[in-house]
Amino acid sequence: MKLCPLDAILPDTGVCALVNGRQIAIFRVNDRVYAIDNFDPFSKANVLSRGIVGDLKGELVVASPVYKQHFSLTTGRCVEDPDVRVAVHPVSVEGAYVLTALPGSHCGSEPPAP
Amino acid sequence: MKVVVIGNGMVGQRFLEHLAKRAQDAEITVFCEEPRPAYDRVQLTSYFSGKTADDLSLAPKKFFQDSKVTLRLNDAVLSIDPQKKIVRSARYKDVPYDKLVLATGSYPFVPPVLGNDRRDCFVYRTIEDLEVISATARRSKVGVVIGGGLLGLEAAKALQDLGLETHVIEFAARLMAVQLDDSAGRLLKRKIEALGAKVHLQKATKEITDGTERRHRLVYVDGTYLETDLVLFSAGIRPRDELARAAGLAVGERGGVQIDSRCRTSNPDIYAIGECALWQGRTFGLVAPGYQMAEVTARNIIGEEVQFLGADMSTKLKLMGVDVASIGDAHGATPDALNYLFTDEAAGVYKKLVVSADRKYALGAILVGDTSDYGALLQLTLNGGPLPEHPEDLILPMRAGKAKGFGLDSLPDAALVCSCNSVSKGAICDAVKAGVTTLGALKKTTQCATSCGGCGPLAKSIIDAQLKKQGVTVTNHLCEHFQYTRQELFHLVKVGRVKTFDEVLAAHGRGRGCDICKPAVASILASCWNEMILQPKHAPLQDTNDYFLANLQKNGTYSIVPRVPGGEIMPEKLIALGAVAKKYGLYTKVTGAQRIDLFGARVEQLPLIWQDLIAAGFESGHAYGKALRTVKSCVGNTWCRYGVQDSVTMAIDIENRYRGLRAPHKIKMAVSGCTRECAEAQSKDVGVIATEKGWNLYVCGNGGMKPRHADILASDLDDQRLIRCIDRFLMFYIRTADRLQRTSTWLDNLEGGIDYVRQVVCQDSLGIGAELEADMQRHVETYECEWKRALETPEIRQRFRHFVNSDEPDPAIQFVPQRGQPIPA
Repeated sequence: MKLCPLDAILPDTGVCALVNGRQIAIFRVNDRVYAIDNFDPFSKANVLSRGIVGDLKGELVVASPVYKQHFSLTTGRCVEDPDVRVAVHPVSVEGAYVLTALPGSHCGSEPPAP
Repeated sequence: MKVVVIGNGMVGQRFLEHLAKRAQDAEITVFCEEPRPAYDRVQLTSYFSGKTADDLSLAPKKFFQDSKVTLRLNDAVLSIDPQKKIVRSARYKDVPYDKLVLATGSYPFVPPVLGNDRRDCFVYRTIEDLEVISATARRSKVGVVIGGGLLGLEAAKALQDLGLETHVIEFAARLMAVQLDDSAGRLLKRKIEALGAKVHLQKATKEITDGTERRHRLVYVDGTYLETDLVLFSAGIRPRDELARAAGLAVGERGGVQIDSRCRTSNPDIYAIGECALWQGRTFGLVAPGYQMAEVTARNIIGEEVQFLGADMSTKLKLMGVDVASIGDAHGATPDALNYLFTDEAAGVYKKLVVSADRKYALGAILVGDTSDYGALLQLTLNGGPLPEHPEDLILPMRAGKAKGFGLDSLPDAALVCSCNSVSKGAICDAVKAGVTTLGALKKTTQCATSCGGCGPLAKSIIDAQLKKQGVTVTNHLCEHFQYTRQELFHLVKVGRVKTFDEVLAAHGRGRGCDICKPAVASILASCWNEMILQPKHAPLQDTNDYFLANLQKNGTYSIVPRVPGGEIMPEKLIALGAVAKKYGLYTKVTGAQRIDLFGARVEQLPLIWQDLIAAGFESGHAYGKALRTVKSCVGNTWCRYGVQDSVTMAIDIENRYRGLRAPHKIKMAVSGCTRECAEAQSKDVGVIATEKGWNLYVCGNGGMKPRHADILASDLDDQRLIRCIDRFLMFYIRTADRLQRTSTWLDNLEGGIDYVRQVVCQDSLGIGAELEADMQRHVETYECEWKRALETPEIRQRFRHFVNSDEPDPAIQFVPQRGQPIPA
């Protein structure tokens, strides 16, 4: 399913998309896209798409804008607390659009309530 | 036990503290002929640069309340009867003692010049002296100091601070003849003259007569003359031994009460300490030996047997803005002593190292223009550590990549690093072992470097060396992407004229960056070039607060604080704020900084709210940024019966000047209209307090978790000079602070402390004053309201939505009412 034009995401930032009632944070890095849950398990707010994107020891991460924990964009794992994970979702760029399959199918812990 | 102390100067007070602590049952009476208890005479000159008598006080009221010390102010002792063991004062007849301590200090020597008792002729010793000098200066243009020694130059600084054309007259062939050699004296003279004072050497004054141009004329022995309005005698001090003499105690040929190594005079129940005491034929005109005598005496009185063993007379000080230090045998009087000399006439630096004939030990040194080696050289001289193979390395400028030949390792643990607060090298190492890693933390835990601050650089290097020894690598690299400090990065950005994060990363970093370095670099770029922070090249670097120009709250909503300069607001605008809050269902609260905070706005509401706010005449308040927040004010002389200046207008002017200025951390300011200080300016990064003559400027205060009173930077500034000082101060902070370092911690960690800041800001010691001002001017000229620009730019405005693919709000954001307002559910 088409989520948005790639151009709607500023490089090295994220946006939040609504997919079947679920909030997904999508990040654009090097013209590739990555998606994890938008829900921040620490602050319990839907804000991960608003975090700063970067890398730590080579791993792509986003820092929660609330309490600054880092989450891997590829595994959803929290760098500071490996017991905590957020779900990772399959997304891709086709043509000029960001596409996704159904979310929540890949990895991670129980999806939190939106 | 009854103890009577005569004199409540610095040393007398220190004695009281030692004795009160050790002998709680002693009945102590102290006579002080001055109208106020002990104050810091060493810092007397700072009375003219803004310090008050209270600031200089060394004897808190609480001390005399808590201890059993009876203080008799304004009461001079007239005689001592050692047989009856009583003293007689101007107001008390027979005051008995078991032990008597003379801490009578010294008096300024006035040379026997004809006319030395004319009006406008003064000495420089007490706060009262300063008050009359200051009053006289107001009706004077020219001032002369007779005496070019250490105290004379201090006094000359005072006259300059008072705005007088200043002359220093010295009988000898060089300034500071005791401490310096000819070359050093010559350099000092040149430097002082460059700062505007005139130095006349080898001039003996014969008499003072009526002047023709000015009020008085100094006639020299050689027949030439100089006219002046005011004369300050500073030709040395003499011990005050007249009471001791009259009581039949042994005194020296050239004055001074003779004491033994336990500070006892020729009468074993009478002690003498400080400048009035003569030990092994020597008097000591410095405070540190006096402090040692104070302790020795207190301990002997309670029955301990401790000895005063002489004292080091090394000094390091700033004379009229020039760094000067003299250590140990500065003149090389030791037989066969060898000298190493280094002169840099371009930079105005002179260094001399005196070593033993076998080149194994340091004997003394002289430093002018650069005293950064003082701590190390003093330690080498005092502790007799072995010299490196090439002793000259100790005074030669450091070459890149080469460490100085002086190893901290050779310093014994017992070596006293901070003589003001008795902190040894060992104590510093212990503090580091207990977790201290910075100079700021060391100051808090040990008091090291908190008085004169001279030991700061040495203490810092001991901390670093100890950390290294413990295997702790201390890097203040920004993060894994940049092996630079913020200060270094700032420099690289500015000098390289780099405008984007990607360029900075490509040139100086590695990897992709992170949530530490991105906002830090964004802040540096904003400070340097002031480009709109939400341009596509800058937006990804911003923390969410800056990205949405509002403050993120715990439930994912934002709060909004429009600018209300100086806290002054028209009723119409107050109503407009209320109307906006009502329209969008926002929780409202008055902030501590005289503004109004609107809470609970969702991302997609922010542009709509700001459209209304801008229409009502508001602009961004930058509450979301590491930037100038607000300038708080009291109503000042517009309304207040006590106000002396218009603090509101000044606050508004300042806020409008610095609004939007991005910095390593947030900046808070305040302006008070009088010394009652209702705006609490001394708890702000920049605080301005009105005086009769203008404004006093305080900096580096803080409230919050670690409150810190601001330090005074300059006093009685007019509007223009005030703004210039703030311009320079802020830009210097922005250039040199670490990321997220408030001005208070910045100052605590700055080697040289507030004096260094004052040199840079007020005296332009680095020669960057104009540059700092130009940087600020560019900021002022390029300011624009970020919210206005964001609303006008469709590309930016369209980012303000929660879902990229839906106009719905975030359904998880819910509110419940409390006291009639919405709060997060």
